Amino acid sequence: MAEPMVVVDDLHVVYRVYGAGGDRGTAATVLLRLIGRKTRGSIREVHAIRGMSFVAYRGDAVGVIGRNGSGKSTLLRAIAGLLPPEEGNVYTAGEASLLGVNAALLDDLTGERNVILGCLAMGMSKQEAKDAYPGVVEFSGVGDFIDLPMKTYSSGMGSRLRFSIAAAKSQEVLLIDEALATGDAEFRVKSHARIQELRAQAGTVFLVAHNLEEVELTCNRLIWLERGQIVKQGEDVIGIIDEYIAASGGAAVLRDPVTRARIKTQTADAAKQ
Amino acid sequence: MSDSKSPPPGKLAAMIGRDPTAGRLAGPGQLLTTDLDMADADHDGLALREYALEHGLRPSAQRPTARDYLRQLWQRRHFMIAFATARNIAMYTEAKLGQLWQVLTPLLNVGVYWLIFGVILNTSRGIPDFISFLVVGVFVFNFTQRAFISTSKVITDSLPLIRALQFPRAALPLAYVIIELQQMLLSMAVLIVIILIRGEPVTMYWLLAIPALILQSLFNVGVGLFVARLGSQVNDFSQLLPFLLRTWMYLSGVLFSIMTLSRTAFGAAHHSLVVLLQLNPAALYITLMRLALLQTQRQSAPGSAPYNHALCAGWPSKGDYLSKYCAPVINPTHYWYYAIGWAVVAMIVGFFFFWRAETRYGRG
Repeated sequence: MAEPMVVVDDLHVVYRVYGAGGDRGTAATVLLRLIGRKTRGSIREVHAIRGMSFVAYRGDAVGVIGRNGSGKSTLLRAIAGLLPPEEGNVYTAGEASLLGVNAALLDDLTGERNVILGCLAMGMSKQEAKDAYPGVVEFSGVGDFIDLPMKTYSSGMGSRLRFSIAAAKSQEVLLIDEALATGDAEFRVKSHARIQELRAQAGTVFLVAHNLEEVELTCNRLIWLERGQIVKQGEDVIGIIDEYIAASGGAAVLRDPVTRARIKTQTADAAKQ
Repeated sequence: MSDSKSPPPGKLAAMIGRDPTAGRLAGPGQLLTTDLDMADADHDGLALREYALEHGLRPSAQRPTARDYLRQLWQRRHFMIAFATARNIAMYTEAKLGQLWQVLTPLLNVGVYWLIFGVILNTSRGIPDFISFLVVGVFVFNFTQRAFISTSKVITDSLPLIRALQFPRAALPLAYVIIELQQMLLSMAVLIVIILIRGEPVTMYWLLAIPALILQSLFNVGVGLFVARLGSQVNDFSQLLPFLLRTWMYLSGVLFSIMTLSRTAFGAAHHSLVVLLQLNPAALYITLMRLALLQTQRQSAPGSAPYNHALCAGWPSKGDYLSKYCAPVINPTHYWYYAIGWAVVAMIVGFFFFWRAETRYGRG
């Protein structure tokens, strides 16, 4: 029986942005506001997610696609419990861990310390962290850079190490926010394999990526977002991707009529351009 | 589901609610087939919630119970210590003198205060061995002050970490207080050297410095938790903090003897205010440390000799140590009770205050 891991129930998320609009926080405007006893007039509400519902099951790899600002990252952060819902709720089995490109750990510390600290923070014991260490470093492939401060890493190396740390512990729910976008081809293959492994270890993986091929290869379910709402979702990953491409005005992907796999030929690439 | 057609969106949630054992129903891809536009689903929301709770799922933004939270924190104790040590080392990597600054900063502080308040303004009137007196005051207050400042920024400083990994957030302010404690222990070593040079005898009283430091650390943890939440939610707080801390320092008897304050004209006029000043936690921890480490303080503290009006009246003009014949505002043995009280209250209030906002720290 399929076991639900993530239930999103009529979720609404609202960001409150201070200092939006004309009020630039100058002394004069602040004074006027204080005198007028107005609450910050410049708060602007951004309704990032407006009523989403879906269920993800054990073993699912759910791809989330959509244009910039459609609410993909917000959705992941809400699932991770980092953004409290305005309305509705998100339910998860166990802990959800978010892994994003922008998630720098401690930049002025060496990669080595970051690995150990990351493992300890995730609740490993000292010994477990020590045991996991070689595997994480090996997987990340940062090599000799491991004893340099993380701020000296290239963005690709940094995100590789972060991915490796977060993937060291089999999370029940792993949320990946374009973490693989900056990795090189070799690392992409490795992380792809690791995601499949995490799925097999009875976890659920959410993947936000602009690279549709990545999503197509990795995910068995797909959610397409537009302006904070679900346009389409389901198991027909390829179908939805093709529809999404069509909706964005892109050229159709050439597919094998039987297997529906992408056909990679010179002509196909040329046709795309 | 026997019919291959997708269920109408509105009915979906109700179906789940009605048939909790429906494995077929809940199979992946069965329930949420293609073209099922859940965004428009007009369900009441209740059924999905029940479905989730039935399968043991919990709201992701739900904070653990206080007991679970403490247990999680205990589990992260290695993280806190490793984090503190790593931060402590990294803090000075950019500076040429490196770790030496841990010692130099408090020393320079003492130098400045000694020059201004000891030499130029001559506040030392009536305080025997003013330099040792000042050094203890500056170092002890510095511990609490630094804990305040660093924990007020801990959440904003660690936002990337908070957003990347799942762990009880209280581990961060706790780790920051551990950093300050590590620095304080180093400062204490410097302090001991200074007072030994000043000719301070080594006595059993020095052992009292240990419980005094422990109580102060516990107090700092409590306030650190409190300030960490405040700093994360009220952005203006970090602007205000330096002024609050400066005022607090001047009120805590770092630069003057708070125990003999009642002998001044001001103290005589405002007795209750003097009591309050002496009960303030920073003043308590400073006084306890001075009494533990400095013989001159033990010998001159009001109340350490039977009250004698005539002798007391001679202080400070006729001798530094005459202040011991004056009546204490608070019985010095009671200082320990108040110090324990502050530590306990700060810990309890700080913990619950911080814990209540646990799910909101990632918001930034």
